[in-house]
Amino acid sequence: MEFTLTKPQKEIQKAIFEFCKGEFDKEFGLDCERNRTYPNKLLEKACDLGFIGIHYPEEYLGAGLGLFEHCLVAETLCRRDSTLGLALTLTASGAEFILRSGTGDQKDRYLQQIAEGRLFSAAALVDEGLGYDFRCLKTTAAQENGQWVIDGKKSLVLNGGTAGIYVVLCRTGTETEPQEKNLTLFLVEKEAKGLTCEDAGTRISCNMLTAADLTFNQVCVPDTSRIGDVGDGYRLLNRFLDECRVVLSAQAVGIALGAYDRALAYCRERVQFGKSIGQFQITAHKLADMARQIEYARALSQKAAWHFDNGMLDPGLAAMAKLTAAQGAVAVAYEAIQLHGGYGFMTEYEVEHFYRDAKFTELFCGAGNVQRDVIAASVYNKKRS
Amino acid sequence: MEILHYTDAHEEFRLRLRGFCEKEIIPFVDEWEENHIVPKQAWKRMGEEGFLCTAVSEAYGGPGKDFLYSVIVAEELARTNHTGLAAPLHSDIVVPYIESYGSEAIKKRYLPGCVSGDIVTAVAMTEPDAGSDLAAMTTTGVEDGDEVEINGSKTFITNGINADLVVVAAIDPTLENPHQAVSLYLVKDGTPGFERGRRLEKMGFHSQDTAELFFNKCRIPVENRLGEKNMGFVMLMEKLQQERLICAVMAQFAVELIVENVTAYLKTAKDAMGKPLSKYQATNFALVEMATQARIGRTFMEKLVAEHMEGRDVVMETCMAKYWHTDLTQTISNRALDLIGEEAAAERSQILRPWRDLRVLPIFAGTNEIMKMVVGRMLQL
Repeated sequence: MEFTLTKPQKEIQKAIFEFCKGEFDKEFGLDCERNRTYPNKLLEKACDLGFIGIHYPEEYLGAGLGLFEHCLVAETLCRRDSTLGLALTLTASGAEFILRSGTGDQKDRYLQQIAEGRLFSAAALVDEGLGYDFRCLKTTAAQENGQWVIDGKKSLVLNGGTAGIYVVLCRTGTETEPQEKNLTLFLVEKEAKGLTCEDAGTRISCNMLTAADLTFNQVCVPDTSRIGDVGDGYRLLNRFLDECRVVLSAQAVGIALGAYDRALAYCRERVQFGKSIGQFQITAHKLADMARQIEYARALSQKAAWHFDNGMLDPGLAAMAKLTAAQGAVAVAYEAIQLHGGYGFMTEYEVEHFYRDAKFTELFCGAGNVQRDVIAASVYNKKRS
Repeated sequence: MEILHYTDAHEEFRLRLRGFCEKEIIPFVDEWEENHIVPKQAWKRMGEEGFLCTAVSEAYGGPGKDFLYSVIVAEELARTNHTGLAAPLHSDIVVPYIESYGSEAIKKRYLPGCVSGDIVTAVAMTEPDAGSDLAAMTTTGVEDGDEVEINGSKTFITNGINADLVVVAAIDPTLENPHQAVSLYLVKDGTPGFERGRRLEKMGFHSQDTAELFFNKCRIPVENRLGEKNMGFVMLMEKLQQERLICAVMAQFAVELIVENVTAYLKTAKDAMGKPLSKYQATNFALVEMATQARIGRTFMEKLVAEHMEGRDVVMETCMAKYWHTDLTQTISNRALDLIGEEAAAERSQILRPWRDLRVLPIFAGTNEIMKMVVGRMLQL
C-alpha cells in the first residue's frame, strides 16, 4: 500500500499548477464573481487541456481516468483559486448521472459537449422546501401517450438558467410507495416547453455560476429521456450523491489548502510587535491545527475517491469525507481570515472568499445532519432510508 | 431578579425606535447594502428623532441619558439586519472622546451636530502596518505654533466616507517611546490635505462605508487636539471599557436575533411527512444548545452593563466579553447556516447576511487574540 500519488497523477497535478500559474488572475476572478459572469475562455482552455471530464471515457473526449484524478484536478484548481476552481469544476453538475447511468444515446448526445465546455448541466433534485428529504416528492412525472409529463418545482438549482440540460428527479409512483420504488430520473433540455428558470439571486459564493428555481409546468419528455429504470431513481440518486460528495470533499481540501497557503505566507511576512506574526506561539499553533485538519481531510477524501474507483465506496465513507473536509475547510479558512486581521475581511486579500467557498461545500449536497444521517445508517449497517 | 432595570421611559424609547427602524431603516437596507453606503439623510433622521448620542449632556444639545439607552439602540439596530448605520460607533465610541477630552469650545462647536446627526464621526487608529500593534503607527502629528500638521494614512475606518469629523491618532516623531507620543486630533471634512481613499470591498458590512483615509500635510488648529499632548494612549485606555462592552452588547444581540430566526425557521419548515424540522432530535438539541449559550451570554453581558453603569472598573471583564461574545457570533451563525442547509446559502434567506457581517467582530476593535493578551496581563499570568 502506497500513500503517494503515482507518477502520472503527479504530472496531472503539475500540469494544473502550470495552467493556474499562466491563466488564473486574482482580479479577473474577483471581477467574474462581482459581475456574475462566467469565465468561458478559461473553461475552454481547461477543457482543451483535458482537465474537465478527465474521468470520462476517451470516446467522449475524456482521459478515461478515475474519480481520483478528477478529484485531484478539483483540489488543485480550488487550491489556486477557490472561486475559479469551483466554477470550472461545477459546470458539469449532474453529468455523472449520464456518465454512470445514461444510455449510449444519452452519452453520445451530451458528454462530449460537456467535456468540451460547450454545454453546462444541472442536477434538479431538491424540491421546493423539502431539502434532502425525497419521500413523497412533490415533483411528479406521469406517463401520457408514450411521453412523460413533468410537474413541480425545484429549488436553488446550480447552473439553473445556463445549463443546456437538466437531470430532474421526479416521483413516478404513488405517494404511499417507498422512495426506493417511486422515483425516476429524466433529462430535460432547456428549450423544453413549460420549463421556466427564475434566478435565485446572489449566494454565499459561486456567483459566476447561476442558480435558479425551476418550475416544470406540464413539461413533456420522451421515454428516451429517462435515465435508468422507472422507479430506480432513488438508487441512482444515492450513487450520484456519493460521487458528488467525494468530489466536494476534494474541492473542500483544495479550498483549505489555498487558504492555508495564503495564511502561511502572510504570517511569514506580516510583522507586528517587532517580529513576524508566525513567531507567536498562538499563531504557530493555529497554523499547526490548520495543517492537521487538512492532512486528515485529504487522507479521507483520497481514500473515498480510491474506494469509488475500486468499486467499493460505502455511502458512509463518502459522507464522512464530505463532512470532514467541508468542516475542515471552514475551520481552516476561518483562521486564515483571523490571521490576516482586518485584511482578512477585505475582498482583496482573498481568504474571505475561500471562507465563503468553504462554507458552500459544507452546505451544498446536504449539510451536516444530512451527512450524519447517511453515516449513521452506514455504520449501523442499516438500509439507507 | 432583573439585572438591568428598564423604566417605562426606556421602554417608550425602545418602542419609538423600533417603529422608526421598521419605517425608515428596514425598508431601505437592501438598497444601502447594494450602494455600500447609508445616505447621510438616514443619520440625520436618527438624530432628529433623538436616537444618536443619547448620553451627551444637555449642555451640548444631548439628552444626557444613561447607558441603557445606548444598549437599546444597539439592540434595535441589530434587528435591522444591517451594519451601515453604525450609530453605536458614533454615539458610544467616538463622541465620548470629544465629550471627555475636547475643550469647551470644541464641545460647543461639534457636539450639538453629533447629536442632531448633522455630524457623523469616525475614529482613525488602525494603519496598514499598525493593526494589533498600535504603537507601530507612523501617522505623525507635528505641532507648530497654532497649528498641527498631520501626515500618514489610516485604514479600515468605519463610517470613513460619511464621516464629517474624524478622531485621528497621530504620533510625535521626535519622541522615543511611542506609548508616550500619541495624541488625538479632530480633523474636519474638507480640511486641505485630508483625503478619503477607496471604499473597501469586504466579505460583509456591505452597507458600511469602511474606507482608507489619507493625511498629506493636513493642517488643523492646535485647539482641535483632544486632551493633553502625547496622552493619546492613556485616553484610548480609558475609553476601552465602553468600546469593548458595546462590541459585546452588539454581538449578544446579533446572537439572540440569529437564534430567534433560525428557531422560527426550523419550527415552520417541515419535512416531507409534515414533521417540523425542529422536532428532529439533532436539530432540537442544537437549538437548545444555541438558546442556552444565548442565555448565558445575556447574563454576562447584562452584568457588565450594570457594573459599567455603576462606574466600576470592568476593563478585564469587558475584554473577556468582547472575545467571548464575538466568538459566539461565529459558532452560532455557522451552526444556523448548517441547520438550514442549502437554502441558507442564498442571500434571500436573510440568515446569510449576518453570517457574512459578523465575521469581522472577532477582528475589529482589537482582535480577540489581543483581548486575550490584555486579560492575560491583567490576570498577571
